[in-house]
Amino acid sequence: MKTFKIGGVHPQENKLSAGSKIQKVALPTQAIIPLDQHLGAPATPIVAVGDTVKVGQLIATATGFISANIHASVSGKVTKIDTFVDAWGKRSPAITIDVEGDEWADDIITSKEINRICKLSKEEIITKIKKAGIVGLGGACFPTHIKLTPPPGKTAEVLIINAVECEPYLTCDHQLMMEHGEEIFIGISILMKALGVQKTIVGIENNKKDAIDYFQKLANRHFGIEVVSLKTCYPQGGEKQLIDALIGRQVPSGALPIEVGAVVQNVATTFAVYEAIQKNKPLIERVMTVTGKNVKNPGNFAIRFGTPLTAVVEMAGGIPENTGKIIGGGPMMGRAHMTIDVPASKRTSGLLFMTKEESVRKEPQNCIRCAKCISACPMGLEPYLLMSLSERGMYEELEKNGIMDCIECGCCLFSCPSYRPLLDYVRQGKATVGNIIRARNAKK
Amino acid sequence: MNIIVLSLIVLGVLGCLASVVLFLVARKFNVEEDPRIDLVEEALPSANCGGCGFAGCRNFAEACVNADSLDNLNCPVGGTSTMTKVGEILGLTANATDPMVAVVRCNGSHKNCQRTNTYDGAKSCAIANSLYIGETDCSFGCLGFGDCVTACLFDAIHINPETGLPEVDEDKCTACGTCVKACPKGIIELRKKGPKNRRIFVSCMNKDKDGIARKACSVACIGCGKCVKECQFDAITIENNLAYIDFTKCRLCRKCVDVCPTGSIHELNFPPRKKQEAVPETEEIKTIKIEDLSESND
Repeated sequence: MKTFKIGGVHPQENKLSAGSKIQKVALPTQAIIPLDQHLGAPATPIVAVGDTVKVGQLIATATGFISANIHASVSGKVTKIDTFVDAWGKRSPAITIDVEGDEWADDIITSKEINRICKLSKEEIITKIKKAGIVGLGGACFPTHIKLTPPPGKTAEVLIINAVECEPYLTCDHQLMMEHGEEIFIGISILMKALGVQKTIVGIENNKKDAIDYFQKLANRHFGIEVVSLKTCYPQGGEKQLIDALIGRQVPSGALPIEVGAVVQNVATTFAVYEAIQKNKPLIERVMTVTGKNVKNPGNFAIRFGTPLTAVVEMAGGIPENTGKIIGGGPMMGRAHMTIDVPASKRTSGLLFMTKEESVRKEPQNCIRCAKCISACPMGLEPYLLMSLSERGMYEELEKNGIMDCIECGCCLFSCPSYRPLLDYVRQGKATVGNIIRARNAKK
Repeated sequence: MNIIVLSLIVLGVLGCLASVVLFLVARKFNVEEDPRIDLVEEALPSANCGGCGFAGCRNFAEACVNADSLDNLNCPVGGTSTMTKVGEILGLTANATDPMVAVVRCNGSHKNCQRTNTYDGAKSCAIANSLYIGETDCSFGCLGFGDCVTACLFDAIHINPETGLPEVDEDKCTACGTCVKACPKGIIELRKKGPKNRRIFVSCMNKDKDGIARKACSVACIGCGKCVKECQFDAITIENNLAYIDFTKCRLCRKCVDVCPTGSIHELNFPPRKKQEAVPETEEIKTIKIEDLSESND
């Protein structure tokens, strides 16, 4: 069975909410729509206080090259264009809308009927995706239209669909695949047309047997789409790891997947592409998982952006007793929240309630040079060395030792028997080295 | 016997040869160095802290010798006396500089500033700051993980476990500025030490609006502007809801301390005042030394 070659760990899967039907979260009375829902600069608002907006109406446009449009996910009146306090206490810009009814923009097709025919040309598809504000829903929120426009001189040979969902606990992509498989396949053919590729590989980990069977059945009806079952291993959902696992090519250090002729798209992004192209529906909602060992009804929820997370937690049975930490995202790459009184955004893939016992980080001990972090690192780095260098502020050495290749997956931290905060320091070092490199490039 | 004599002769000859070679090489590759560099270096405190902006004391000495004037060169550790000595050696005049000291501009102690969450990641301010705002609701305040303590080469700054805030030892602090650079929130500032170590400063960095700042911390500066009106010397400015006292203009009259409604303006090392009843809120601050800064003003 296929998987990536170096490193990786296999944490307990704990897919508690697997198989739970996607439930719609009720509309809030007030939606706070963050303007910073993607990689790159926050979007620029184009509505004014007092304006009435419909669902799907453009309310903020992309600022600069790497940025994305933002649409109203509710209908109502714009009451504030200000800042809000995010889950980490920082202030970031947002548009507040007081919800009135649920009136959709006229061109959006709200029927559930599946529309299979797409007559748009390659350029039209990419422009439409750009307009719809679609970003990679796997976690990084990189604007999708940029990925679909390879730089001059590079051509895409194969489209890879990331249906791995390697993070423990999270099941939102899995459930989406089970409920909207056909739409996802239409989305894939649209993406294939946009990229001009003849071949697509869908990678699914073998802990989702039902999804593999269902997708294989669907793939038989579509030309050029292959479904590959992968051995369950974290972090298989990383772009570089997935390319290695599926087509055996290694993306060189510092390069993008297009260098080896591959473009990777997340399965949830593919569904968003289907909705944008065939239904004219911009990215205004996503599926997220609310889970945890003590959560009453762990499940998958379709949530409009701007809805406070408290609403979805309420549906899952409220904050369980004995909660030690609330993690936004999965347990491996997610970040602990200060509060859940924050709106959902394109980034929100899940909420995980950890019990007090689970969440305690043990006291770090000395490094015993066991090299477990080295064997666990999927990028072939030496995390123990990177940590020491980062601790001492030796940034030139850090750069030489490839810190910019780190994907911050946390395998090193997970595997360390001395509970050393490897990732904390490596991440800090990577951020500082990144700033140094940017400053150096700006000087040139 | 023969062997001993022979080896003595061989070693003696080798020694002589080597000394000749060394002498010639030393002559050939002799680097002419200004002898004043050594003299200047001797006059410097040899702390090698980098506070002057150079790599070390030797590097700074070279810069002094090569410079035409000492205007932009200053050893913060040695201060005016050292720079005068350096000036005497080089025949230049050194500017008199006021001795400086590091000042921690945050009073968000456990008592004043409610902890709303617990951070259990790596104990480093830089790391915590890159993740989120910290254990309190104030996004400008001290994180308390001691990056400044680690950075200090003179053992002059320590975290007080009771308050969770760093405290500067005035006698040890050399104003090299390493802690200023280490603090990711930019709380520490180098300020004039002042006559008899007396200083007045705003011990807050919160730029939030009135209500938000007050909610996060009971001793936050709310930018009300009372101190600006009170100051006769134009020393106080308010920017982004935060007052700042310019230490070059401040005459230490202490009027601003009296009018501050939240007690965020601190006075240090002043003698106790005569009329104690007049300003009950600030009563405790009057006599405090820097060690019990954060306990003032409950």
